[in-house]
Amino acid sequence: MTGEQIIFLITAGFTLGSGLMVVTARNLVHAALWLVSALFGVAVTYALLNANFIAVVQIVVYIGAIAILFIFAVMLTRRDMRESGPQMNKNWWSGAILAALVFAGLAFLLQGWGGFSKTASAFPSGFDAVGELGEALVSPDAFVLPFEVASVLLLAALVGAVYLAFNKK
Amino acid sequence: MIPLSWYLILAAALFSIGLFGVLVRRNAIAILLGVELMLNAVNINLVSFWRYGDVTAMAGQVFAIIVFAVAAAEVAVGLALVISVYRRRNTVIADELDMMKW
Repeated sequence: MTGEQIIFLITAGFTLGSGLMVVTARNLVHAALWLVSALFGVAVTYALLNANFIAVVQIVVYIGAIAILFIFAVMLTRRDMRESGPQMNKNWWSGAILAALVFAGLAFLLQGWGGFSKTASAFPSGFDAVGELGEALVSPDAFVLPFEVASVLLLAALVGAVYLAFNKK
Repeated sequence: MIPLSWYLILAAALFSIGLFGVLVRRNAIAILLGVELMLNAVNINLVSFWRYGDVTAMAGQVFAIIVFAVAAAEVAVGLALVISVYRRRNTVIADELDMMKW
């Protein structure tokens, strides 16, 4: 077992444990804080995959913006947190069975696939992944159109969110 | 070296946990938390296929960034809807939001 594998196993255990706490915590503020730790574990996974830019974006955008938005929404609907009542609906066992079936099905499909236990090849010498990513995002022969469409989508969604949450009275 | 299978199994497990949260939680905000876990699992898959495939083709990382943008849009609209519903109905429990049911 190499050091990298041990770091991966610790990160994976931390991420999955935090994920389980997100879906089972009674107090929603705690669930949102467990989401922050699960997202942090995913950021460490990106760093292990040598995707440095994605790891930083995960921390800045997901933890810095999305998780904070969740905490604000939980606090704005605080009168209705109802920590006393059941947090799960009465069919929770069928949800658990369905989630376990999805996991078993995915694992079965993946272990039958030829590239399942592939190992990573080393980077070509002088390869600059962040520079390549930046060029791919703005190059007309690569992904400039999806990139611009994503920014228009984000603008439209934020205008829509302001309109929906605006108090008309 | 870590084989690709470890990342794929981690992503599958995280996706299933998120799916469980979406299916069983009663609070609408908790359902959105489960959706976030599912989107993160998809992103782990995209980035690990970039790393274990052809690293000079950046499609995997670009897709992951577009998923980030879509997730931000989804959370903004979803939470605005929840807050708007809370103002009118004074509840965020998904079972009680049955105005569209006959």
